Amino acid sequence: MSSTDGTAPPDRPADKKMDLGPVGHLGDRLFAALARGSGGLVVLIVAFVGIFLLALAIPALAKDQSNFLFSRIWEPGGDNPRFGIAALFYTTMISSIIAMAIAVPIAVGVALFTTYYAPKRLASPVSHAIDLLAAVPSIIYGLWAIIFFAPILRPVINGLSDALGWIPLFEKPPTDNVGVVFTASVVLAIMILPVVTAISREIFAQTPTTHREGALALGATRWEMIRMAVLPYGRSGVVSASMLGLGRALGETVAVLIILSVPNGNDPWDPSIFAGGETFASKIANNAAEFDTPEKTGAYIAAGLVLFVVTFLVNSAARLIVARSGPGNKRPRKVRSDKNGADKAAQTEGAAS
Amino acid sequence: MTTLAANKPAYDGTTLDLTGKSGGRAFRNTLATVLIILCFLIALVPLLWILWTVISKGYNLLLDGSWWSESQRGITVRRVGGGAYHAIMGTLIMSLICAVIAVPIAIFGAVYLVEYGKGTRAAKVVSFMIDILTGVPSIVAALFIYAVWITILGLNRVGFAVSLALVLLMLPVVLRSTEEMLKLVPDELREASYALGVPKWKTILKVVVPTAFGGIVTGVMLGLARVMGETAPLLILVGYSKNINLNPFDGFMGALPTMINQDRTELALQPAADRVWAAALTLILLVMLLNILARLVARFSTIKSK
Amino acid sequence: MAKRIEVSGLNVYYGDFKAVEDVSMTIEPRSVTAFIGPSGCGKSTYLRTLNRMHEVLPGARVEGKVVLDEQDLYAPGIDPVAVRRVVGMVFQRPNPFPTMSIFDNVASGLKLNGVKDKKKLTEVVERSLHGANLWNEVKDRLEKPGAGLSGGQQQRLCIARAIAVEPEVILMDEPCSALDPISTLAIEDLIEKLKDKFTVVIVTHNMQQAARVSDQTAFFNLAATGKPGRLIEMGATKQIFSNPTEKATEDYITGRFG
Repeated sequence: MSSTDGTAPPDRPADKKMDLGPVGHLGDRLFAALARGSGGLVVLIVAFVGIFLLALAIPALAKDQSNFLFSRIWEPGGDNPRFGIAALFYTTMISSIIAMAIAVPIAVGVALFTTYYAPKRLASPVSHAIDLLAAVPSIIYGLWAIIFFAPILRPVINGLSDALGWIPLFEKPPTDNVGVVFTASVVLAIMILPVVTAISREIFAQTPTTHREGALALGATRWEMIRMAVLPYGRSGVVSASMLGLGRALGETVAVLIILSVPNGNDPWDPSIFAGGETFASKIANNAAEFDTPEKTGAYIAAGLVLFVVTFLVNSAARLIVARSGPGNKRPRKVRSDKNGADKAAQTEGAAS
Repeated sequence: MTTLAANKPAYDGTTLDLTGKSGGRAFRNTLATVLIILCFLIALVPLLWILWTVISKGYNLLLDGSWWSESQRGITVRRVGGGAYHAIMGTLIMSLICAVIAVPIAIFGAVYLVEYGKGTRAAKVVSFMIDILTGVPSIVAALFIYAVWITILGLNRVGFAVSLALVLLMLPVVLRSTEEMLKLVPDELREASYALGVPKWKTILKVVVPTAFGGIVTGVMLGLARVMGETAPLLILVGYSKNINLNPFDGFMGALPTMINQDRTELALQPAADRVWAAALTLILLVMLLNILARLVARFSTIKSK
Repeated sequence: MAKRIEVSGLNVYYGDFKAVEDVSMTIEPRSVTAFIGPSGCGKSTYLRTLNRMHEVLPGARVEGKVVLDEQDLYAPGIDPVAVRRVVGMVFQRPNPFPTMSIFDNVASGLKLNGVKDKKKLTEVVERSLHGANLWNEVKDRLEKPGAGLSGGQQQRLCIARAIAVEPEVILMDEPCSALDPISTLAIEDLIEKLKDKFTVVIVTHNMQQAARVSDQTAFFNLAATGKPGRLIEMGATKQIFSNPTEKATEDYITGRFG
């Protein structure tokens, strides 16, 4: 049995078992713990953000003598703190909504240009160029805007307020000031343009080829094909992209801070978009030096919380819109004899044959 | 059943208009084309204008060697001279500390979502939280850190606090992009590794992450580019110092955005104006350089996202 | 509403790659012509040049002539968009517009052509749905989405959409390959009916289908992998399937390759 004749390989000793026990046990446990721990850390961080902000805001709110949601006064210091966010809310919302109204049509145009109009070789550099707009830091936007861009808007402001001045929203400003809500809105529009464009671009590019070809085969021109196949398909995606852009505009701090002229506390409230104002973000940043007492800090934190909640609602709405009425909903019922394989083969045949 | 029209002769002798030149449809098509090209040009104008402004007004000081090596110590608003070394270092230090904290959490978090938690309820909660974090405006992140670091812990305003706020902004960005990259690694690769008897953690560390590495690096660089330009946390959490301070735990620190902010109200004075635009150009260069590098890395990486 | 197509010396290129080489044929009006051949031999590519759909892909171009009753579709000054209004196409996977109702789907071509009159639209939609053998199944739900039908019904809807604009020629690119056998039969019956009014050209993988529905058959093949596809033989269907001239044709028909 133990003889070796030199031709057969030696037998494995009969009593040696194969080692099938756990492998890398310690490594796996450690690694998994790190991974799970990071996930948990993220949850903790978000929870803490909410908790801490609330913890500081609530005492300040409790001491607030005026109605937090509807008052425009802002004097959080001293023994009788009175502060309300009505003016902040108004300016924030109106500047962001106007920004969205300006940015979305242009973004859709640029996205269509990149996907269906530009020559293929240009498409990539073009999208990169537009994405570069997102790389410019916001302080530079603010600087450029107030010095170079805002004066250009002066005639536009004059023209619009002359034509529509009878509506309070467009009332002519008392001074020649260009540091107004309208200017901020236009600059915000430029700043959110890359985001809305990038998402719209993705969506338009994903329009199923078969629908585009279906339109073309009917003799549609390029614009008609876009209207029949691309835009209907991308409708909910564009809405979602717009809301994400809105969310970005809501939180923008420094550019707005630089552009908007802060209204005098005693002036009557001017709802015109050709007047100055403050947004949540710009007010908080402008008054950073005033965070000396917890009560005052709490007032600003309360304002920040409102901004956070509004931003969160807008972003959630964007996600819900995509989830609910995305293109998946209109997908045709699965064809009875599922020929996915044949479809793929035919696709390659169509292209290569 | 309505019958189709009676049979027509095979060659009916009619000539078709196939030139497509006439008609409202061709006009509307051309009009649409013009408007869409116009949109593109409108979008380009601000970009080119800003770049032109910053470059033309700022390049001068950048050519001076002292810009890169000296601080603003002792330079008043009216005086010429000094440099941006303190601000450049401040920006770099605060951003890099942020990256050192944020990137590992982001990568491990992404590993959790893709490799360990896929489909579980816990992973859905984590994903939801990341979505929330993505939407936190930078001013709110700064306020949170202020609340914790200064109001509650009673510590001073220092550069490290800024880094912490930047972590809140960089973390979700890098996490999501890493998650996308890891998802792109085909399962076949993982299975090949498992089939060789390699444990899961080694597979992730030695097969999955290296394959996705290029894309992960791109995500990190884009995240860095974003936080370098953030001004709000700087305004709230650290004061601006003209001197060189390389210690993020003690004292005020200069940074490029706040250097710009410092003198932007004094632009009537030429020296101040020069410095402001030069600082702006430095910041844009830094950010754009990172962006371009990130895209180059993406181009040469193993997996492309699309 | 049916014209003769005469193709001469057609070469199809994708960039520098020649996909189809030197095709010449006559497609008779008011008849069904089938293109058969193994996978990848260029029949779909060639079909798409008949309504200039290949130009949707960048770099695709054509040399040669495609003459529709004495008008060359590739003559200078001819607009491909205009060509597609007279040469219609039905695709392999049914592709009704998902956001439109059944009525709107069929009417989409007409609306593009500027027909606005509700009465005329209704009349043509009804006529086309009858012509596509779909009327009885959808007459009570014309406002429902087009995507809610079964696969076979969707394909007939696409055919109705194509015939609503009264094209000269209808091209069909493997219209039944994504359908079950019963729907396939329904479409084949429909094709039989369509040829009374239109010139029909159909690409099919299924030889038995070609034998069933077509009057003329053209067999395409590749000389070798990487070589362009060619027209090997074309003739009356009965003759091609019982007594082909070329050996390659016979080998394909009898299943020796393909």
